[in-house]
Amino acid sequence: MAMTAEHDMGAAPTEALFSEGNASDYFALLKPRVMSLVVFTAFVGLLLAPGSIHPVLGFISILCIAVGGGASGALNMWYDADIDAVMTRTANRPVPAGRIDASSAFGFGLFLAIFSSVMLGLMVNWAAGALLAFTIFFYAVVYTIWLKRSTPQNIVIGGAAGAFPPMIGWACVTGTVSVESIILFLIIFLWTPAHFWALALFKSGDYGKAGIPMLPNVSGESVTKTNIVVYAVLTAIAAVLPTVAGFASLGYGAVAAALGLAFIWYAVQVRRMPEGDVAMIAAKKMFRYSLVYLFVIFTALLADNLLARLFAWVA
Amino acid sequence: MIDRVEMTEAQKKARRSRSAAIGIALAILVVLFYVVTIVKVGPGILNRPL
Repeated sequence: MAMTAEHDMGAAPTEALFSEGNASDYFALLKPRVMSLVVFTAFVGLLLAPGSIHPVLGFISILCIAVGGGASGALNMWYDADIDAVMTRTANRPVPAGRIDASSAFGFGLFLAIFSSVMLGLMVNWAAGALLAFTIFFYAVVYTIWLKRSTPQNIVIGGAAGAFPPMIGWACVTGTVSVESIILFLIIFLWTPAHFWALALFKSGDYGKAGIPMLPNVSGESVTKTNIVVYAVLTAIAAVLPTVAGFASLGYGAVAAALGLAFIWYAVQVRRMPEGDVAMIAAKKMFRYSLVYLFVIFTALLADNLLARLFAWVA
Repeated sequence: MIDRVEMTEAQKKARRSRSAAIGIALAILVVLFYVVTIVKVGPGILNRPL
């Protein structure tokens, strides 16, 4: 058969064939802001764990956890491109904005997910590698694909994915999961609903437009505010557990208690907001404080541990 | 004759940026694999029967 060496590519075919997504768009797929929290909490878990790890392996552990966290973000952006497009907060992400096509985001995320988990297993230990793989699966499949669009409790269960990094960091050193690492997990796990529902309150219009069953859209403002207070109290209790369990000092316990009381106070201010409040100032303040709260709690744990090591070294 | 599909300037620039990022990532991986081999196996890796 003779080849007619003429291909009608149609009008403007290059857009379909070649991407205009540059390296920074691919980096944005990794959700760098979320990744920074993942890196920080994983680092604290790694440093708090009993025993030691070679600094190079410690660095690689954090790198793998960061890349694994990024892979979750890319898979999330692949699957959620349709709803990201209708929400103001997410409309400019690379996939809904058309800079990267969905299949590229999927391939990129899947490759990084497998690569980071296998590398962590091979270079550090397989318990940590398996935990990382499970975390990515939990965020991409259990939260993003299954729960996010089907239940208003999505963030409660899905929040577990964001709570795993300190546990993985801990497992990198010890090769196992222990009560202490479960406490670190609990702090983030219980913090997530209070943090996200504060955001969902003043972004409920966005979530409603996208058809995501967030608590304020499904059960109303009043139920959401009550739940925020409940989870704020639970978070404040969980944050003092490191002292109770004996792997943080009384000084840390005092700091965590004070920060926790402030967290509850902010939650109560949200509860007191009048129904139908448009400005939602208390919810915005609660959201901002929740970010500071988690950062300071983990910084305090880190500082407490470093001071204890310093005193032990001097003595 | 085959009609060649020409990339736009923006597409060429994006491809250059992606290629540079992949190159840097690969270079970092080479260094990482080398250092991890030394850390995990130690200099003894050089003392093996040929």
